[in-house]
Amino acid sequence: MKRRWRDAPTALMMLAPSLALLGLFVFYPLVRAIWLGQQACDNTGNACHSVGWSQYIDVYRSNEFQNALGNTFTFAAITVPLGIILGVGLAIVADKHLRGIGVFRTIFSSTIASSVAVASLIWFVLLNPQLGALANVFDGIFPVLKRPGLLNDGGTALPAVALSSVWAGLGFTFVIVTAALQSIPRDLYESAFVDGAGSWRRFTNVTLPMLSPTLLFIGVVITARAFQAYGEVDLLTQGGPNAAGRPTETIAYFIYGKTSRISNQLGLQSASAVLLFIILLVLSFIQFRVLERRVHYAN
Amino acid sequence: MARVQLDGITKTFGSGATAVNAVDNVSLDIDHHAFMVLLGPSGCGKSTLLRIVAGLDDPTAGEVRIGDKLVNDVLPKGRDVAMVFQSYALYPHKTVAANIEFPLKVRGVDKAERRSQALAAATSLGLEKLMDRRPGELSGGQRQRVALARAIVRQPAVFCMDEPLSNLDAKLRTETRAELVDLHRRLDSTFIYVTHDQVEAMTMATSIAVMCDGKILQTGTPEQIYARPATVFVAQFIGTPPMNVLPAGVLEGESVRVGFRPEDARIVADSSDDTLPMDVRLVEQLGHETLVFGDVQGAKVVVRQPASSSAPAISDTVSISVPLGARHRFNADSGERIER
Amino acid sequence: MPTSQISTLERTSGWAKFGRYSLLTLIAVIVLLPVYAVVMQAFKTGAGAMDHPRSLLPVDLTTETIRVAWTKGDMGTLMRNSLVMSVLVTIGVLATSLLSAYAFAFLEFPFKRTLFALFLATMLVPAEVTILINKRTIDSFGWKNSMTGLTVPLMATALGTFLIRQVFLQVPSELREAAALDGLGHGRFLYEVAAPLSRPTLGALGLLSFLTTWNQYLWPQTIIDDTEHRTLQIGLSRLSNADINRLNLVTAGTVIAAIPIVILLIVFQRQLVRGLTAGAVKG
Repeated sequence: MKRRWRDAPTALMMLAPSLALLGLFVFYPLVRAIWLGQQACDNTGNACHSVGWSQYIDVYRSNEFQNALGNTFTFAAITVPLGIILGVGLAIVADKHLRGIGVFRTIFSSTIASSVAVASLIWFVLLNPQLGALANVFDGIFPVLKRPGLLNDGGTALPAVALSSVWAGLGFTFVIVTAALQSIPRDLYESAFVDGAGSWRRFTNVTLPMLSPTLLFIGVVITARAFQAYGEVDLLTQGGPNAAGRPTETIAYFIYGKTSRISNQLGLQSASAVLLFIILLVLSFIQFRVLERRVHYAN
Repeated sequence: MARVQLDGITKTFGSGATAVNAVDNVSLDIDHHAFMVLLGPSGCGKSTLLRIVAGLDDPTAGEVRIGDKLVNDVLPKGRDVAMVFQSYALYPHKTVAANIEFPLKVRGVDKAERRSQALAAATSLGLEKLMDRRPGELSGGQRQRVALARAIVRQPAVFCMDEPLSNLDAKLRTETRAELVDLHRRLDSTFIYVTHDQVEAMTMATSIAVMCDGKILQTGTPEQIYARPATVFVAQFIGTPPMNVLPAGVLEGESVRVGFRPEDARIVADSSDDTLPMDVRLVEQLGHETLVFGDVQGAKVVVRQPASSSAPAISDTVSISVPLGARHRFNADSGERIER
Repeated sequence: MPTSQISTLERTSGWAKFGRYSLLTLIAVIVLLPVYAVVMQAFKTGAGAMDHPRSLLPVDLTTETIRVAWTKGDMGTLMRNSLVMSVLVTIGVLATSLLSAYAFAFLEFPFKRTLFALFLATMLVPAEVTILINKRTIDSFGWKNSMTGLTVPLMATALGTFLIRQVFLQVPSELREAAALDGLGHGRFLYEVAAPLSRPTLGALGLLSFLTTWNQYLWPQTIIDDTEHRTLQIGLSRLSNADINRLNLVTAGTVIAAIPIVILLIVFQRQLVRGLTAGAVKG
């Protein structure tokens, strides 16, 4: 009994800073947000009074929330598979012992240097009907590029925002998959080769299974990012085009965006945030349980 | 089964000043159904040579023939060669059955046929109860047998093995050696086996090629190599304990190094012109025999005595005699064997 | 590796080589095209930037736009703020993570497992939840529009503790025992043995923290609304509201903003890969 307590004072001292920070800036907000979720407040976030826990259900059922949720799922449905496929594709193409391959690898990982703001602005400019070179050069083939512009068209706005996110994430997935590829033992490939397996068979029988834990990790990370997509929306479309029913309003933007219907309404914002938290928990749980069985972990 | 012929094989790594020949102008003829062991210390080029036969590496020069067909430009797939890697290279995510079936799957054999052939291969190695396990759940010895099963299921002409026993503990190694010899007897394939362990070579091979620094020093049956080693290196590599090779001038002329096996020397009572004085340093009583370690004119020497003889004590000086017929003579400069 | 060392499986020759290089180049062009287009426009005048497709060609270049973007966008202040913020947060994260990781790895105390689970649990709470309330907390401390308010909440992360603890756990216990026999207390052991042994991970974590903080968008936007403390990412977004004929100012601003990070990444490439792959790849 005594031994366990021996280090307690020192431990307390060492843990204090982290505990204080996490307690004050993570736990407390979570608890407070849950509480605020059943309150209605004025524009400054003060003078709150209780309106009951049913507010959670009201928010969940509201059109705006469902719209934002749907948009976010669509956003994830585009960015996650594309992110994984492109990341793996790039990593495999660059996984050869050729002269100068290092240059290509650096180029492929370069998008890590772009922040959300930088990447979004790059695409804002590119897709802008007047300024964007893309729009003007390709407008003969794809008229929607110039008129009214990819970001202003209800149907293409969300995919366009997703595109900028996929581009920005290429570097990250490339670096991780490349590292994972290099940790696959060469023996396995050689054994398959001697047994007569061609490139495709080696890919499906050796590369993919051995990559599966990494792919799961990437999938989880990109999904989490999709559910926190705010900057992209703020810079590119502010949730609009309004006329098309705000198809780019992701759930993060719904909570914080200036043009969102619930901006400055602390109670509703809190409820939405807590709902998002719950949804994320469920998603993570599902991802791990469903996929972990199919993911192989080499010993 | 097939004959394997290597003609003038050279493999160079690096270029210019730092170029090194891992394999240096090696020619070797392996009969069909031989159990050929490539024996040598690490870095001697034996694994590289094996990989060249399998088609995993290209020779810088020379020709490889399998079954009288030139295969230099043929992919491993077309060479009818199977390989067992030192690490076994089992697919961790596949079951034992799927691992063994894989080569057949690649060749388009249908499911039912695959399953029965894999089961047959597995059963011949005692694995039939483990078919649904994954490699991660198996012991080292079991994994090794799965690797073997996967190789034999194809019934290849040539069977390449790269130090397959080195990851096993001593007892398992002995058991598996016997199983490999038995396997070779049952199958129709030509075995090419790489190892640094001379005991494995001596017990399993029908033919041994001793390699050092990329070259083959001697080829022959285990008996031939044991009885008449071609160089000092070979003499000191084979045998447990290895042959004693005295410095030049001891026992015979300045240009000759004399070698003798520990069991061929005797400790005699009286010294004479024909005996050598040895300072005893260590005596190991092994039960069935005794090993006496000592110094002869600065060189370390081992003598084997039957357990029944009385062993000398440490720090004694004894006389050892080597009968003329048991002496091996080597050129003092080149190390090569001198025939009488 | 010289070609002679590549096995038959790994080598590419003849047509395959040509094809592979072509594919690599094509992809590289696609990846870099957005960057190229934007950088090119940053070096053109307002009119030149809108003159398509000539805007994509390396002609009629000028550094005027960049200079205007720098002064009009007050980029010097923006960069300084971002830099200070990132450095402070990185130091804070490293310091607090080192301490708590040490406690979890080397000390014995009750409820250790529960506490660690709690630490990990905080990583599940999304920023959307915390930012709402943290804004009000910071306001009530009077830290709004200050570097303190900007940086302190960002130091609250359990990821650092998790990663460093992993490394600390690999320190052989004999080392700790030998140090104890030599009379080293916890503080000195941390400073002289544990921390130096985990330097690569610390470097990677530091780089990752710096990068993440530099790229922060929502939090600075929420907490800062004066011009003095504005960070780079937010300042950039305000540039985008400039008039349509000078939208190329945005591209110039982006180029300026990206340069420090590009330099950082080229210099610290290996640490970055290490930081990103921690947890993603085994071994």
